[in-house]
Amino acid sequence: MASPRTLFDKIWDNHVIAPQGEGTYLIYIDLHLIHEVTTPQAFEGLKLAGRKVRRPDATIAVADHNIPTTNRVAGAAGIDNPESKLQVDALERNVKEFGVPYFPITSLDQGIVHIIGPEQGLSQPGMTIVCGDSHTATHGAMGALAFGIGTSEVEHVLATQTLIQSPAKNMLVEVNGGLGAGVSPKDVILAIIAKIGTAGGTGHVFEYAGSTFRDMSMEGRMTVCNMSIEAGARAGLVAPDEKTIAYVMGRPYAPKGAAWEQAVAYWRTLPSDPGAKYDKEAHLDAADIAPHVTWGTNPEQAAPVTGRVPDPAQIEDPLRRAAVERALQYMQLKPNTLLTEVPVQRVFIGSCTNSRIEDLRAAAAIARGRKVAEGVTALVVPGSGHVKHQAEEEGLDRIFLEAGFQWRDAGCSMCMSMNDDKALNGERIASTSNRNFEGRQGKNAKTHLMGPAMAAAAAVTGRISDVRDLA
Amino acid sequence: MEKFTTLTGVAAPLPIVNLDTDKIFPAIYLKTIKRTGLSQWLFQEIRFRPDGSENPDFVLNQAPYRKAKFLIGAENFGCGSSREHAPWALHDFGIRCVVAPSFADIFYNNCFKNGILPIALPKEIVDMLMEDARKGANAVMTVDLESQTISRPDGEKVHFELDAFRKHCLLNGLDDIGLTEQKAADIGAYEQRAQLARPWQFGMTQRGV
Ligand code: SF4
Repeated sequence: MASPRTLFDKIWDNHVIAPQGEGTYLIYIDLHLIHEVTTPQAFEGLKLAGRKVRRPDATIAVADHNIPTTNRVAGAAGIDNPESKLQVDALERNVKEFGVPYFPITSLDQGIVHIIGPEQGLSQPGMTIVCGDSHTATHGAMGALAFGIGTSEVEHVLATQTLIQSPAKNMLVEVNGGLGAGVSPKDVILAIIAKIGTAGGTGHVFEYAGSTFRDMSMEGRMTVCNMSIEAGARAGLVAPDEKTIAYVMGRPYAPKGAAWEQAVAYWRTLPSDPGAKYDKEAHLDAADIAPHVTWGTNPEQAAPVTGRVPDPAQIEDPLRRAAVERALQYMQLKPNTLLTEVPVQRVFIGSCTNSRIEDLRAAAAIARGRKVAEGVTALVVPGSGHVKHQAEEEGLDRIFLEAGFQWRDAGCSMCMSMNDDKALNGERIASTSNRNFEGRQGKNAKTHLMGPAMAAAAAVTGRISDVRDLA
Repeated sequence: MEKFTTLTGVAAPLPIVNLDTDKIFPAIYLKTIKRTGLSQWLFQEIRFRPDGSENPDFVLNQAPYRKAKFLIGAENFGCGSSREHAPWALHDFGIRCVVAPSFADIFYNNCFKNGILPIALPKEIVDMLMEDARKGANAVMTVDLESQTISRPDGEKVHFELDAFRKHCLLNGLDDIGLTEQKAADIGAYEQRAQLARPWQFGMTQRGV
């Protein structure tokens, strides 16, 4: 009998076209998501070589990083920043020239690339999915092998629908038990990264397993898979189950009729076989996970909100100590400060990590009947036109607006601040995004990553707060 | 792509763990639609002071290292964003080889696509090379890809491991897309099998609602 295989092994085996030399394979890509930032040079390369897009029918484009989150009806013409407009114009020209389907800026279908893949039913179990963006792992929540690639690889996929890859190793990330009150999927992934480190998953694909993920909603699983890259993993996967199938059913690009039955039968073969081997494992107990926030300048520098800023003097390894010292200097935090004593000037609820409807509901539940603290600017940026629309149907926009939050149109916004939404004058931000790197949200901006309810709590108290004290 | 056979030059020490691609190339400059001339923004935040002048403390602003061809880095080099602008900017500056105890996967891949050789070596050896790199104008190293060796300033040779396919591509300056196109028959055959097994995926994005 064949030896038991993991979910990753099965998807990999199903996509190998041919060996390409020692330890390297040519693999097939089922779905290619493209956006305006990492594709202009790839299309330019195609043009120079006179190449075509091999599978426009397996490719879809959207502009998300550069677009303003106000005055959306104006389309690309409404983009004030000339360089941003140039990139969006280039994408719109390229998709037309190469026949690639595109969700226009003015459409409800537009949104952050990693939000709309699952939302539209494009991202499906068992697929290989790539995008010139490191948070492509988000789609792993669907049970798809999804990973980020560079621009040369984008060009390679556009031209050939394949990639040259070496297989990843398997890492099991198991969490069991129920999450405590006020603990969100974001806290689960921050706790995982804090435990294994930003390089803990290098060369590996995570399979998230255990009752915590089985009981988690699809959107929660997306939040977790989204940040797999922050632990260095190439991708993160959750085995497709009945929840996954129910989620895909009926979405615009999901298979229908007989094809649906055939697809579901295939998807059910994908979960890891009993006895499948993993190269590495990490185990956490959900009961130990508290709401988390980051205090430093990479996502592993996180702690429970009840904790304190660490003291570099306690760290032995000189490089690590220097890294923490540098982080605290940049963050302007003193060792041993209680995290709940750290004030914030700005709050960002959005990004491909936390801008789905469940995230907005969690944030609104805290915002309801409260006011954004004096001196705090708070933005809520839904992940897609459809998320925004649904939130408005549910009246969440009114809750946010009455509390003094700004209610914006969909896009990446302050996650990476390529549009006009950015922190000013080195402000300190409570952010639901995925990277707290230096300067990412604005010059000298000090980012504290946390879940959506925690960010709302920070907005109404004006400091990092334990959401459990407000619930 | 240009061929990579041997390289001799100054190595600059950059002992920053988890050096992310946002630090190598800040997001605000990702608006470019070009892949050349990007070194002006390389390491922007640490290379320049707020008034735009050079930060004299930063290694690549110091005389012998302005012409560095090697970077000696620390663990998890190039983590974070997939932006290929990071290796484009390094290449544009003149860096052709990065040595570190470990690399983030996407950055590691992106280097090969752009004629930069990333070399992972055990930490003890990188520590030695880091010491060598602190020798300023004397921090001259040579890498020979064919024999997979780095020669230290004192002439001692260090061996490194590398995947045979990647080595072959770099040595011969082969373009990946061209190589893959030679496998067109295999790709076509795969697509026929896939269309039988997973027909709903074909025509998908053009089908819409
Ligand atoms: S929301 Fe942030 S992390 Fe996600 S795709 Fe946009 S910029 Fe990248």
